[in-house]
Amino acid sequence: MVRLAGVKKNYQRGRQTVEVLHGIDLDIASGEFVALMGPSGSGKTTLLNLIGGLDTPTAGTIEVAGRRLERLTSAALAGWRAANIGFVFQFYNLLPVLPAWRNVELPLLLTSLSAATRRRNALIALELVGLAARAEHRPRELSGGEEQRVAIARALVSDPKLLVCDEPTGDLDRHTAEEVLGLLQTLNREHGKTIVMVTHDPKAADYAGRRVMLDKGTLVAAGA
Amino acid sequence: MKYFALLRAGLLRRKGRTLLTLLSIVAAFVLFGFLDGVRTVFQHGADNAAVDRLVIGSRLSLIQPLPLAHKARIEQVDGVVEVAYSNWFGGIYQDRKNFFPNIAISPEYFDLYPELVIPEDQKKAFLATRTAAIAGRKLAERFGWKTGDRIPLQATIWPHKTLGNTWTFDLVGIMHGTDEDDQRFTNELVFRYDYFDEGRTTGQGTAGWYVVKISDPARAAQIASAIDALFRNSDAETKTQSEKEFNLSFAKQFGDIGLIVSAIMGAVFFTLLLLTGNTMSQGVRERIPELAVLKTLGFPDRLVMGLVLAEALLLLTGGGVLGLALAAAGLPAASRHFGGQIPPLAVSGESWIVGVAIMLLLGLFVGLPPAWRAHRLSIVDALAGH
Repeated sequence: MVRLAGVKKNYQRGRQTVEVLHGIDLDIASGEFVALMGPSGSGKTTLLNLIGGLDTPTAGTIEVAGRRLERLTSAALAGWRAANIGFVFQFYNLLPVLPAWRNVELPLLLTSLSAATRRRNALIALELVGLAARAEHRPRELSGGEEQRVAIARALVSDPKLLVCDEPTGDLDRHTAEEVLGLLQTLNREHGKTIVMVTHDPKAADYAGRRVMLDKGTLVAAGA
Repeated sequence: MKYFALLRAGLLRRKGRTLLTLLSIVAAFVLFGFLDGVRTVFQHGADNAAVDRLVIGSRLSLIQPLPLAHKARIEQVDGVVEVAYSNWFGGIYQDRKNFFPNIAISPEYFDLYPELVIPEDQKKAFLATRTAAIAGRKLAERFGWKTGDRIPLQATIWPHKTLGNTWTFDLVGIMHGTDEDDQRFTNELVFRYDYFDEGRTTGQGTAGWYVVKISDPARAAQIASAIDALFRNSDAETKTQSEKEFNLSFAKQFGDIGLIVSAIMGAVFFTLLLLTGNTMSQGVRERIPELAVLKTLGFPDRLVMGLVLAEALLLLTGGGVLGLALAAAGLPAASRHFGGQIPPLAVSGESWIVGVAIMLLLGLFVGLPPAWRAHRLSIVDALAGH
């Protein structure tokens, strides 16, 4: 599903060029649930952004779901993301004035589905995460855990091959975090979704099938 | 339309701010509707002018009379078909606030204005009765006049030799224009020049202005020059203009309405531009993480840019159309307040077109900078809070 070879990423900080990733090689098979771990500044989010097609590498190749991402233009990459990737963020990033189902519907606006089908699919996705009854609620009327579940429903609604999660439990209490992680695990096991999750939390990483450790931009260990 | 919920969400994110901005747009376009309504009224007379008529006034001033003896000489100019003359009377009916134009006219007047509609028998009665007057249809309706009534007017410029300030006219007819809304004919009173000229205490043998029908509109400038040349270096030099030019210069006695309206609206729209521009920029700045999320979900740069631009256009056109609609609803009431001293005010089709064009232009000016910023937004930087 994901194949990275010799991936480097540089950032410009003023006049200085900082190399954040130093030649990453990584394979993630379809249906895997991978936890990407490492200390702050190790390059986890940068790597996740590259896998999710939000950024392009300075060097190396990234192949996800059969496409070489570094070869795609910005517009093509946007279209590819819409079709293949679901994103879950630490702070949910829901649109505050839209009800839950409208937030979930957002990725479907890019499809040719009718309004009725979009609404129906959004409600199905909400049901999958156990929030069908909260469809008309706005984010401020939901708890943190519910907001994150809405965000997961939004990530799922277009049936992507890969879910990319950046600290999805970083803003949640332990109990709610476990609920969300359990939901991700179910999606992985029962629905076959490939998941790459960045986390600091070893307990969160326990839900994944494999851990990948990064330190100072280098892959230091990979294992179950 | 599938993005409408997103547009609405963007605009309603800060309801108070959007409402205040919307109100300022509404207020600006209400003002535009009112002022442009006034401008249109003053322009209307010029737009209705005929191309085959010239108007001759004194070269010195519109209020300077010209000798009636000029008529015979003007008639001799090549290209002149017929000549009529008129004089502003300025009489008051009952009360000063009942203003309407009342004008002494020569018999040729009816020939020169074929767009003036009056029954033949009433025209004959006018020509047969020295004290005859004809009222415009709306004027007659306004005061409840009917043929056979005696209309007293108080002179403000021309007292009568024997009657003093009160002149009395016999209403023999009601006139209107072929264009029912042509205010020139439906809102004025005309009466016979000979009755006026003989009765007034001063100024006998003069006219306020001449109206000339010409054979070929293409030769208008040449004929005007020829007429003015006849009287050059005389005691009563003339200034001959097309009817449109004359009507515009007559309206400009009140001030250059077009310039005044443009200056006021320029200032208003410039302020609106800054205000709305600031609101939009602030709104987009606050929503950068949300725009980044849209891009993350796969919304292309152009679509995100279009959404921001559409928000600005929606705000401007929504507020603008509401403002113009309110002006359209309010102008008839404002017209009534003037007591018929000016033609009915309305938001014309032209005002709507100009208004909508201004809305779109302002929307583009206001929306493009934040839209471009949204287009260039880097997802990674925006999500990282940079």
